[in-house]
Amino acid sequence: MNEKKQSPAVRSSATLLKRVIKTMLHYYKFSFLLVIVCIIITAIATVVGSTFSQKLVDNYITPMLRDGTDLFGELARDIFRLVCIMALGVITAFSYTRIMVNVSQGTMRNLRNELFRRMEALPIKYFDTHAHGDIMSVYTNDIDTLRQLLSQSIPQIINSLFSMTATLITMIILNPALTVISLLTAVAMLLVTKNFSRLSGKYYIRQQRDLGAVDGFIEEMMDGQKVVKVFCHEQKAIDDFHKINEQLRHSTDKANGYANLLMPINANIGWLSYVVVAIVGAALGINGLAGVTLGTVITFLGLNKAFTNPITQVSQQVNFVVNAAAGAQRVFDLMDTTPEADEGYVELVNAKIDKDGNITESKERTNLWAWKHPHKAEGTVTYTKLEGGVVFDDVDFGYDENKIVLHNISLWAKPGQKIAFVGATGAGKTTITNLINRFYDIADGKIRYDGININKIKKPDLRRSLGMVLQDTHLFTGTVMDNIRYGKLDATDEECIKAAKLANADGFIRRLPDGYDTMLTGDGANLSQGQRQLLAIARAAVADPPALILDEATSSIDTRTEKLVQDGMDALMKGRTTFVIAHRLSTVQNSDCIMVMEQGRIIERGTHDDLIAKKGKYYQLYTGNFAENPA
Amino acid sequence: MRNVLHQLKQYKKNTFLCIGLTTLEVIMEILLPFVTSLIIDQGLEAQNMPAVYRYGILMIVCAALGLVFGALGGRYAASASAGLSANLREAIYRNIQTFSFSNIDKFSVPSLVTRMTTDITNVQFAFMMVIRVAVRAPLNLIFSFAMCMIISPHLSSMFLIAVAFLVIVIGTIMVVTLKIFNQVFRRYDDLNASVQENVSAIRVVKAFVREEHENVKFSKASKMLYDLSVKAEGLLAFNNPAMMVAVYFCIISVSWFGAKFIVGGSMSTGDLTSLFSYIMSLLMSLMMLSMVVVMISMSLASVRRISEILNEKPDITDPEQPIMAVPDGRIDFNHVNFSYKHGSGKNALADIDLHIKSGETIGVIGGTGSGKSSLVNLICRLYDVDDGSVCVGGNDVRSYDTEVLRNQVSVVLQKNTLFSGTILENLRWGNPDATDEECIKACKAACADEFIDRMPDGYNTRIERGGANVSGGQKQRLCIARALLKKPKVLILDDSTSAVDTATDASIRAAFAREIPGTTKIIIAQRVSSVQSADRILVLDNGRINAFDTHENLLKTNEIYQDIYTSQLQGGGDFDQPA
Repeated sequence: MNEKKQSPAVRSSATLLKRVIKTMLHYYKFSFLLVIVCIIITAIATVVGSTFSQKLVDNYITPMLRDGTDLFGELARDIFRLVCIMALGVITAFSYTRIMVNVSQGTMRNLRNELFRRMEALPIKYFDTHAHGDIMSVYTNDIDTLRQLLSQSIPQIINSLFSMTATLITMIILNPALTVISLLTAVAMLLVTKNFSRLSGKYYIRQQRDLGAVDGFIEEMMDGQKVVKVFCHEQKAIDDFHKINEQLRHSTDKANGYANLLMPINANIGWLSYVVVAIVGAALGINGLAGVTLGTVITFLGLNKAFTNPITQVSQQVNFVVNAAAGAQRVFDLMDTTPEADEGYVELVNAKIDKDGNITESKERTNLWAWKHPHKAEGTVTYTKLEGGVVFDDVDFGYDENKIVLHNISLWAKPGQKIAFVGATGAGKTTITNLINRFYDIADGKIRYDGININKIKKPDLRRSLGMVLQDTHLFTGTVMDNIRYGKLDATDEECIKAAKLANADGFIRRLPDGYDTMLTGDGANLSQGQRQLLAIARAAVADPPALILDEATSSIDTRTEKLVQDGMDALMKGRTTFVIAHRLSTVQNSDCIMVMEQGRIIERGTHDDLIAKKGKYYQLYTGNFAENPA
Repeated sequence: MRNVLHQLKQYKKNTFLCIGLTTLEVIMEILLPFVTSLIIDQGLEAQNMPAVYRYGILMIVCAALGLVFGALGGRYAASASAGLSANLREAIYRNIQTFSFSNIDKFSVPSLVTRMTTDITNVQFAFMMVIRVAVRAPLNLIFSFAMCMIISPHLSSMFLIAVAFLVIVIGTIMVVTLKIFNQVFRRYDDLNASVQENVSAIRVVKAFVREEHENVKFSKASKMLYDLSVKAEGLLAFNNPAMMVAVYFCIISVSWFGAKFIVGGSMSTGDLTSLFSYIMSLLMSLMMLSMVVVMISMSLASVRRISEILNEKPDITDPEQPIMAVPDGRIDFNHVNFSYKHGSGKNALADIDLHIKSGETIGVIGGTGSGKSSLVNLICRLYDVDDGSVCVGGNDVRSYDTEVLRNQVSVVLQKNTLFSGTILENLRWGNPDATDEECIKACKAACADEFIDRMPDGYNTRIERGGANVSGGQKQRLCIARALLKKPKVLILDDSTSAVDTATDASIRAAFAREIPGTTKIIIAQRVSSVQSADRILVLDNGRINAFDTHENLLKTNEIYQDIYTSQLQGGGDFDQPA
């Protein structure tokens, strides 16, 4: 109990490291076993090599000097044996270092891939609530801390542990009394190491956290650097940065400071124990006590050094280890975040209609899709044709459980209908569309897609059946063609070009330096906002989904281009259920139903003509312009 | 390298203290084995207990001093390296603040972030190692070698062979790996860019159910990194066995020849033992040196990337004697040519000659890529012209103090950002001394007050990073309010109401006319309704002025304008007269 309170940092870093090692062993059990065997052989070779001088003096030089005999022939044989052992040691040393490269780099690679895979599975909410720089820092700064640990510290520690054990056994055989002194020294060194590593561990954790904060700050400020310039806010930005930078400096200083103390302290404790062994040994030896001879003392002094040296060496690794534990913590924190839950069991399958007019599943790709709905109770499966009908039944939603932002939303979109949302910014239009594809889960009510509760549909299948063009356009590094193909990975070039033509993106793409093969980098930084949106529309077009969500998709396209896009969109929308959000009322006018939203509620609904006749909010919005801008 | 070390500044003292203390520590380290041999020879061998005590105490003193020197040295090494990295980060950050827009365009955000974190951490680590080891290794080397020479000049030639072998092998390995390491760093950048992309585009990934696709893409990138890293570190794996070969070679040759010399009477047994220990420390320090070289060279790539930013000179600087006041909101473009890449021949603006009176409201309209944003960015000197000149208040913008100019010419950028902090804090970017009332007034003019009032904490509501918790239209209105607080002589809205509904858009413009009649207003817009009430409207086409006239005249005479106008009318648009 007491101990638990004493060292939570060390305890948790031990569990963290255990997990890193477990991850490593998961893929590299055999390799690691081989590494251990090699390390042991290397260590034996090293011990044989370093104790040879003893043998040389005792078995050859002293007898030769004393008796004047010529033992060089035997010496040559002994040296040859030594050479063989050493050669073996060199080979095993190379083997384990080389294998360890694969093990450590491979483990890092597996960790990275695993981390990325887990990240992709996290809910949108996670990305809403975490600074992107902070997430990035896990990949750049935190995983890096593990490299040194895996490739150097672990082999070093194994090596040291083995040679310490071997030396300890030799010492006990030679003289148990003097061994006690060496053991006491080791205990002292371990205590020092434990305490200082706990101290520095505390600061390493702080350092990684501060590093993440600096990362987040830089990213935010660099993103808005142009705004900083326009407002001459440079000095303030520097002052703010100075504060968090100073914090990081402080934690780094402390973390490394404590870690740097370990080596000199342990090395010199080693020397102190040398002195103690020498004095006690001399006292015993001169008085002939405890079976100690002077020869024993001299040999023992060497062994004592060989026993304490590994501890000093391991303590040199401590800052890598502790730093790695701090990094591992953040890596595992991200990995352990609960992924987006998906309890859906209704699947989207290719379908065909058999002779009797029933829908059945088809193995080949057909242009007909159906929802495969297994009923557990009866053990039957029903198929429903994918049509794209969406029903909201009294839906409430809040980003935060206690703060509902959408109230009592009910709406019906029959397959092929165009439903528009209008209303002031912040009325909740985008939020509604994010509920259909389950970026967020509703608090109350029901949403049905083709009559099926969307909670029962597997999320990937649900999203596949919905095309989306989002408010913020994001493109990926790759060619223009790759970006369009993102909508449907197996689309042919022709299909992509057809989609681009539909979105009227074909014209500008052909004018790009390499046409469809032009590389886009940095989120399509080399394109204008309008061009990026055209690509996003083409991307949705190639996916060819039964239902579409267009969120202000045309807001940044100039009106002349917009006219072109509009034509393409109209073609795209034909026969699809479409949800449109737009401020330009002209784009929503021909909708089957227009929802006027205010503060998270639908306050009016109907066709354009209905709403104009009603002379309510829509009429105001629609005509509001003229009141202040008489033409 | 030099300009990186230059950032040591106040931590120079600690650096030298560290080096000095390490020197003292090394002296203790060298003395200790020497005293050890005294204990053995004069104490134990001679059965002289007082000598054992005497040298024992001497050893304790040496060890204690070594401990103090070493501990302090480590302490100063930590503070010097932490200080260096903090200074570097700050220097980079400061320099970025001086960047002009064209400087900023050069570096991507993730690359700046990696430079300020990973790269600096590399440098910090290498620096700490270097100042701790750089003294220790050569001193050890020289001392050990000198001792070997004294004990046995003949056998020392063996060491020379071993040293030459090590230098050649390790040197070759290093040269080859360094090249690979440079590629490794590039792969790192790619990998990070792909993570960054996924983090920011997560909605797109999820909407298209491309998680698996992205996983595969990422695994490919990480495999490339893995392959290269294994290649580089696989070569480094030769270092350790090479070192062992050298050590074993020395042990064997010293054993054989040492035995011969001793039997021949030209050497003592004690000498042989000492020789063994000096061989070890000699080769150890060589190994340490090679480690330092690896460290330095691995961090060299980082140093280069850091220097790139430190050396980047802002291409817009203040004149020697800047004008410190903008007299009025007059704007003149005198035959301006402008391109983003000077001398590329691809002019974003060509022969712009334009004169705007103080207090006028000007609308700017034209297709994407027609040069609207480029035009207004020249007014507050975010970029410099290639030819001709831009004047505000009758003076060339290049003759103003940039801060004065930018405070008087307020731009609401097309790609605008809010920062984490409360709404009030964000607003005060415009004017740090603005009272709450002034802020509220600006928000009223920008029609932002109605949604702010609805927020739980009103003006003290926290804005998330990048304005994530407000909608596009709300963000735009907050940005307008922020710009208004500057009380500028020229106000430029670069497509800043695109996400605001038309009614609100109209009332914002009405508020401008009412609240800031004396301010020159330039409004870039896509909608004709946003510009039609302006005094004059500039029609840009392909970087050239197509027309500059009133709404009525343009409607009669200008083809492009007519086109835009009718395209917005079609489908019974909401912008103008009902059909």
